[in-house]
Amino acid sequence: MPGITREEVAHLARLSRLELQAEELDHLAEQLDVIIGAVARVSEVAGQDVPPTSHPLPLTNVMRPDEVRPSLTSEQALSGAPAAEEQRFRVPQILGED
Amino acid sequence: MNLVSYEDALASYDPVMGLEVHVELGTKTKMFCGCSTELGAEPNSQVCPTCLGLPGSLPVVNAVGVESAIRIGLALNCEIAEWCRFARKNYFYPDMPKNFQTSQYDEPIAYNGYLDVQLEDGSTFRVEIERAHMEEDTGKSSHVGGATGRIHGATHSLLDYNRAGIPLIEIVTKPIEGAGERAPEVARAYVAELRELIRALGVSEARMDKGQMRCDVNLSLRPNGTETFGTRSETKNVNSLRSVERAARFEIQRHATVLGAGEKIIQETRHFHEDNGTTTSGRIKDNAEDYRYFPEPDLVPVAPSREWVEELRASLPELPRVRRARLQAEWGLSDKDMQAVLNAGAVEPILETIAAGAPADQARKWWLGELARRANETGTELAEQPITPAQVARVCALVAEGKLNDKLARQVIEAVLAGEGEPDEVVAARGLAVVSDDSALGAAVDQVIGENPDVAEKIRGGKVQAVGALVGAVMKATRGQADAAKVKDLILEKLGAA
Amino acid sequence: MTDLIKLTAADTAAAIKAGQVSAVEVTQAHLDRIDAVDKKVNAFLHVDTEGALAAARAVDAKRAAGSELGPLAGVPLALKDVFTTKGVPTTCGSKILEGWIPPYDATLTTRLKDADVVILGKTNMDEFAMGSSTENSAFGTTGNPWDLSRIPGGSGGGSAAALAAFEAPLAIGTDTGGSIRQPGAVTGTVGVKPTYGSVSRYGLVAFSSSLDQGGPCARTVLDAALLHEAIAGHDPLDSTSINAPVPAVVEAAKMRDVRGMRIGVVKEFAGEGYQAGVMQRFDEAVELLRELGAEVVEVSCPSFTLALPAYYLIAPSEASSNLARFDAMRYGLRVGDDGSRSAEEVTALTREAGFGAEVKRRIILGTYALSSGYYDAYYGSAQKVRTLISRDFDAAFAGVDVLVSPTTPTTAFPIGERADDPMAMYLADLCTIPSNLAGNAAMSLPCGLAPEDNLPVGLQIIAPAMADDRLYRVGGAVEAALNDKWGHPLLEEAPAL
Ligand SMILES: [Mg+2]
Ligand SMILES: [Zn+2]
Repeated sequence: MPGITREEVAHLARLSRLELQAEELDHLAEQLDVIIGAVARVSEVAGQDVPPTSHPLPLTNVMRPDEVRPSLTSEQALSGAPAAEEQRFRVPQILGED
Repeated sequence: MNLVSYEDALASYDPVMGLEVHVELGTKTKMFCGCSTELGAEPNSQVCPTCLGLPGSLPVVNAVGVESAIRIGLALNCEIAEWCRFARKNYFYPDMPKNFQTSQYDEPIAYNGYLDVQLEDGSTFRVEIERAHMEEDTGKSSHVGGATGRIHGATHSLLDYNRAGIPLIEIVTKPIEGAGERAPEVARAYVAELRELIRALGVSEARMDKGQMRCDVNLSLRPNGTETFGTRSETKNVNSLRSVERAARFEIQRHATVLGAGEKIIQETRHFHEDNGTTTSGRIKDNAEDYRYFPEPDLVPVAPSREWVEELRASLPELPRVRRARLQAEWGLSDKDMQAVLNAGAVEPILETIAAGAPADQARKWWLGELARRANETGTELAEQPITPAQVARVCALVAEGKLNDKLARQVIEAVLAGEGEPDEVVAARGLAVVSDDSALGAAVDQVIGENPDVAEKIRGGKVQAVGALVGAVMKATRGQADAAKVKDLILEKLGAA
Repeated sequence: MTDLIKLTAADTAAAIKAGQVSAVEVTQAHLDRIDAVDKKVNAFLHVDTEGALAAARAVDAKRAAGSELGPLAGVPLALKDVFTTKGVPTTCGSKILEGWIPPYDATLTTRLKDADVVILGKTNMDEFAMGSSTENSAFGTTGNPWDLSRIPGGSGGGSAAALAAFEAPLAIGTDTGGSIRQPGAVTGTVGVKPTYGSVSRYGLVAFSSSLDQGGPCARTVLDAALLHEAIAGHDPLDSTSINAPVPAVVEAAKMRDVRGMRIGVVKEFAGEGYQAGVMQRFDEAVELLRELGAEVVEVSCPSFTLALPAYYLIAPSEASSNLARFDAMRYGLRVGDDGSRSAEEVTALTREAGFGAEVKRRIILGTYALSSGYYDAYYGSAQKVRTLISRDFDAAFAGVDVLVSPTTPTTAFPIGERADDPMAMYLADLCTIPSNLAGNAAMSLPCGLAPEDNLPVGLQIIAPAMADDRLYRVGGAVEAALNDKWGHPLLEEAPAL
């Protein structure tokens, strides 16, 4: 498995919305290289015909009836908001539309 | 850059389309929590820890959401997965409380189907369905401080999460090839057919104007006679049938213009503008987009039993195509007449008018005539005219009772459309009723006979065909409110020629 | 009554029921103890004095009214700060959640309240449960009551230390890779990771959803069982919750008889990296089990060698997604919102300032493992390893009732020793991780002090999923025999604080 570069760490930091400092980038790149080197051993089994396990228990079809349950009040909903306005969460300007 | 004409674009290029439609289900509660989905509530009053993405909260799947997805899949002739999972689609956006959307990825609940759509000339085009999968809606942001409430130039935004978590079914077509110059029409017809199907299933009202159904139009061009797909653009959230058609048409012209100038199409999202029918650039998709999908560990797999699927298949309602054939037979219409009804979007209004008591031919006459003309003129949907089928049926009843003639009925309909009230109110307020009061009519007839002694004499003398002139005069005198047949009878009677 | 803080939970509840002591007295005694020692131990992030006393008064009122009291009514408990508590701060040991007051109770919190357990407060932990030492808390590390210069284990170091320091007879932990069992082992207390899905995760702030499991921490096996019964059971708010009766753990804890049981010793959990004193106490415990009438065999689980790598791909991957919600928009910290910055920038600045180094490290690692191009090699393979590990367990349990191993390869290490060496830190969970990956049940209980450092050693017992009762049967028997041998519970040998 290839190691991880500083540039890759910077890209991952952007994807995960972390404004990492320059020295953090260096340090992390170093550490991640070691960690990834150690965990990459799992790819030994990549070629094996083994089903992956995403859930530890074999449960299926857990569903609830389409019945309304009480919501929070808007006061409760907004109680932790860093900023609120007109009963809405106030957030900084959003760039670009999705 | 001047756009090349549509015809020129098609002369050189072959359009390939992909349509992604999101349908908001009409379940009582959200996809993963028990919050109500009722529209119009106070901001942030229909939220709970789960749909607000509070730390520690967990999702639980709405059984009716899954059932609706399966029913849609079946109606689209899809295979229903024996086992499938939800997946997390990871990306940051403030309207998405968890910063991942709970969706489905490589294991959709329904896949490999098709929908046959009827074009305006009555021919059928088969649109292949890639998949239909379950996911959740986002919250709603309003942008403050910008000139027009748009995102651009705003100083900050306000978020309401009432919509966050409302169940969505995303229906994705396979690449639509071979439609040629009719690609925009196919797009519109597909979305229209899908909307009708969704409504027939009763899983959503699918009102595009309310955002309950939204369409992304993906489009690319390739030089005529070639196979490889070109670079596509993704025009997002187009929200009317007309716009779907216009967006596709515009993108064909735009792509042809760019390609014709020897430039490259950029893979990006685009926004459609209702006002001028154009699209503008949105977000560039440079493949840095990495959603890091993985199976949602907080939800267990969905494995619909074959018994359940067959039960749902058996309980599907009559699907629109079948229903249309039945109605055509019931109404005794030729293919051409039925197509006119379909093209006008008049099936539902006519049916509702009939249900409200009107005869089929009368109902059809008004919706296809007067009302269709008006819809056309205003560029609106027939069903959205400010007159209800019940009101049209009432006008029909007034005609049948002899209280209105066709000319008056038209005036009543115009007045209802103009917001003057119910048909009976219009009739009363405008004094439009047919003059059937014999004494009033008698007086008018007597006056006309008195004013036209020689014509009267001719009739007395057996020249009955001369009565037309007197009828015309009476009608004129009563400003059209008389029943012409009755007037004729009365004149003949008075002149002893009956 | 003297020394209320030394009583077991079972005895405390009995004394309250019998009217020998009031719940308020018991609660006050523990609040006083916290007051006296927690400056040194730092087990609590938040002490809810008013709430605890109110809950205690309600218990006393209930008794006065002649109502039936439950088996843990009036017993104080220390709650790991990873479960939401309505109206009481919940931080998960992170600056990003500092000051957050949840508007809802976790299902587990509700169950505790319904059982009339008195919640004293919220305990310290590694930030978002990522760590094995509690050094990753944003609010200072917790000391191990056996030696305050050493780690109390993690991530639930606060809960384990609170028990060992007699600040509470009961505590709640969560175990994603060993965060209940490893702190239990290094503090000489009992910790149980129930079968995945048996304790609701609703209101448990997620680290790694497919691995996290809340569970009981106590000073005795019976107390753990009583708490286990109070918190386990089906919850319709958690899709991964098992809809089946909870195994009879209290009954099992009281059996104290392992005759006829088959016990497997996992061959892979020994060798390099295992402290000699730990292995010595472990071997003695195995010998003891034999003496008590169990049949002991050696079993091999070859895939376990891949457990740690698989865990360090799966847990960070899920965490990178679970922790995305901390974006400064709806709750928690917001940094840099000066009117000129975009939401995106504010989110990135807040996450940079609000998360500690280990959390960032795992978010980046998880983002990497899930990204396109690496998914199959890393996350996909890790999920396959999970299957192989489950198969190893299945094969082993076909021949034995439970498996045993040391809980952790070493005793408590000094604070700071592994702080900037993630790989060394990760080794602390070597023996505990396989059970998280497979979802089965496991317990750690004290089996003596390592001769070389006089620090507690944990014995791990592993049972198949939904056979949690076997842990208590074996644990109860071992505990009774060891207490007989020592003449007292191990914790009595801990130095005074
Ligand atoms: Mg989608
Ligand atoms: Zn909700």
